[in-house]
Amino acid sequence: MAEPLLAVRGLRKRFGGLVATDGVDLEVAEGETLAIIGPNGAGKTTLIGQLSGDLRPDAGSIRFAGADVTALPAAARSHRGLARSFQITSIFRDFSALDNVALAVQAHAGHSFRFWRPARAEAALREPAAAILEQVGLGPRADVVAGTLAHGEQRQLEIAMALATRPRLLLLDEPVAGMGLDESQRMVQLLRALRGRHTLVLVEHDMDVVFALADRISVLVYGRVIATGAPEAIRLNAEVRRAYLGEAVPA
Amino acid sequence: MDSRARALALVAGFLVLGLVPVVAALTQQPFYLDLFRRIMIFAIAAVSLDLILGFGGMVSFGHAAYLGIGAYAVAIPAFYGIHNGLVQWTLALALSGLAALVIGAVSLRTSGVSFIMITLAFAQMLYYLGISINAWGADDGMRLARRSQFGPVVDLANPYVFYYVVFGLLVLLLWLGHRLVNARFGVVIRAARSNEPRMQAIGFATFRYKLAAFALSGAVCGLAGALLTNQTEYLTPSFMHWTRSGDIMVMVILGGMGTLFGPVLGAVAFLLLEDFLSAWTVHWQVVLGPLLVLVVLFARRGLYGLLPGGARHG
Repeated sequence: MAEPLLAVRGLRKRFGGLVATDGVDLEVAEGETLAIIGPNGAGKTTLIGQLSGDLRPDAGSIRFAGADVTALPAAARSHRGLARSFQITSIFRDFSALDNVALAVQAHAGHSFRFWRPARAEAALREPAAAILEQVGLGPRADVVAGTLAHGEQRQLEIAMALATRPRLLLLDEPVAGMGLDESQRMVQLLRALRGRHTLVLVEHDMDVVFALADRISVLVYGRVIATGAPEAIRLNAEVRRAYLGEAVPA
Repeated sequence: MDSRARALALVAGFLVLGLVPVVAALTQQPFYLDLFRRIMIFAIAAVSLDLILGFGGMVSFGHAAYLGIGAYAVAIPAFYGIHNGLVQWTLALALSGLAALVIGAVSLRTSGVSFIMITLAFAQMLYYLGISINAWGADDGMRLARRSQFGPVVDLANPYVFYYVVFGLLVLLLWLGHRLVNARFGVVIRAARSNEPRMQAIGFATFRYKLAAFALSGAVCGLAGALLTNQTEYLTPSFMHWTRSGDIMVMVILGGMGTLFGPVLGAVAFLLLEDFLSAWTVHWQVVLGPLLVLVVLFARRGLYGLLPGGARHG
């Protein structure tokens, strides 16, 4: 079997007395969508932070695309093809939507020690950015200042910025958090269109979203993966039901 | 409409600056030549600080250090008989840029209050170094025997020539700065101020860009220092005193952070106030203080923000 795109072994992270990640093993194959679910405080965002390079694990290793990236900072991982979106919307609020995405394109279009030519006049940055905005459904909003976009649109912009880095793997931290039903459905449609073309690792609370998208699900409780499997198997797993799903199991 | 009115206001401002020597000559008040040259020199220093403070969000509280290094880079060669301006000014740019590179490489590993304190500490170290080197005047400083020499045509001993050299450098700096903040480099610096974790997540190793901006800013401030010793024809370690760093920062905040022309307005306002009010009382900062508070509270982009359309555009 080919080496998985992402392989996590024995990952451990503690904050003082709190063990947020307690020996996590994960594998994600190229092209698959893995959802990570778990109750509040299970360490999902901490795990994403370690995968993206924003947090350093205390122990364990992360292999991505055939290389050990455990010690690489976030920017270097981005250049290997790892992209993330943030649970709390993280965009450049004073820049236009198009500027936001063009910046992500710029990060992967050579160095930025260029002091003369206005970046806004560089077709090589603006055109791919405009195309990606179209793709996520923000085409008509390109010139709007990002901070004034609706919440759902800002979440779409997050995805657009991640896509602009031409990632092999997308880490999505609660992409529908705080969204209304309409917005949430639009986001699921967008993510469904990305499935298969991109490898996705999705942290999400909304079970409808998880079961609509995931090929496999891992359940994280107190920093440990207590179960991994196909959605149906997870739905029926007694330990998972007890620990997490409880009465919230979708029919 | 607003942006046209603002452009007009700025052009008018620069016309006034350009015409100061004419007025000074006609009214036989060379004092104004001296005052406005000094204002423009500090404007250059303030613009250099704003590049990292306003655009880059790096609150350097030690910018006087580079002013001092630039001043020493003129005065020390002059002390040993080297008056060639090209040599002196190149040294000023290079040494202050290098010092900023080293100081930045250490300071930029921190942020917030720690960053402010570390940049301040470095500047104070250089200040105490300055007052302790007896060969170069210790705390008395050194007189500059001759202004930097650029051949017979550009003779800085002629106050009018010197004035237009400073004027030309200020205009050049603003033009280059305008290109820079809108080019890829400037976009990276501004975006890193706005959201650095996001920058790293999309693949920017922000440290090297911030460090480059910091070094560039130091180099430009060093040039202002070289001009300042030529202006005063005297070097004193007090160029590097922390209160001087504070003055430059006040100019930036008063004029408008994150704008190119704001720091120029700030330098004009600060030094004119100092000039007029210190004739009235030595405690002239009693007036400056409340004024600064008002500007910070009510004008989002400082004096520049009060210009038509200024609040909305960088």
